[in-house]
Amino acid sequence: MSGGITLDHFLVLGLILFLLGAYCVLTRRNAIGILMGIELILNAANINYLAFAYFGGARYDGQIFAIFVIMLAAAEAVIGLAVILAIYQNLRTIDVDATETLSG
Amino acid sequence: MLNSLAAQIIFYFIAAITVGFAALVAFSRNIVYSAFALVGALMGVAGIYILLAADFVAMVQVLLYVGGIVVLTIFAVMLTQGIGDVAVSNRAAGPVAGFSVIALAGAVMLYATLRTPWHLAAKINVSATTYGVGNAFLGAYVLPFEIASLVLLASLIGAVVISRQDPVAPPPADASAEKTRS
Repeated sequence: MSGGITLDHFLVLGLILFLLGAYCVLTRRNAIGILMGIELILNAANINYLAFAYFGGARYDGQIFAIFVIMLAAAEAVIGLAVILAIYQNLRTIDVDATETLSG
Repeated sequence: MLNSLAAQIIFYFIAAITVGFAALVAFSRNIVYSAFALVGALMGVAGIYILLAADFVAMVQVLLYVGGIVVLTIFAVMLTQGIGDVAVSNRAAGPVAGFSVIALAGAVMLYATLRTPWHLAAKINVSATTYGVGNAFLGAYVLPFEIASLVLLASLIGAVVISRQDPVAPPPADASAEKTRS
């Protein structure tokens, strides 16, 4: 295994992607930017699933979980973008700091 | 398979592309650049999937993520015009706070990742996965598979209901406009 690509390589790559997505979620004021950060985080989780599936031997379980994550990401993006467009129609902005109407 | 020099070169190449585009997504001031950089990041992740011998998942990633979600995101960016991150000085959480949070979390997770003795299979066999994935979906995972189709149907109807402009009772646009301007 010396010198080859090991499980740790993929885990660290997933960690870097997760941290970039988390930074995106924390610092963006644009709601669409926050959704993009969430998608980066989900992809980082998928890399971990597939890396464990590849190196751990049980291949199909991890791949099926990854497919479910992709499916849920699609549903989440559809609903999230619909909500964002509805907010934009009403308030003319999607700045998350400005959408405080529900808080009274 | 992943021990050869070519595999290492391919891995580092794809990883560099992925991390570079993801950094562009996270740090770009312009939301349109972020949306297009997301295409590169997700394509790089699909390359990582292929390197992990998950051909079917990689194709699903390209079809659903790059072909569906990113196009939807770019549509939303274009439809909500004039929303580029204008007030950069007034962020939800400052860059310093964000960096400190992810540095702390990253240090903890990196330590945990590298110190844990992961269970590794003795022998890694690589073959086409479509047959096995399809069998698992219609065998052990048939109930989650059906529930997933229900979730997709619910999200489809929900998106239509949420984003529809109500012709009967329009929202009080004046009050919200005043609220935004003040």
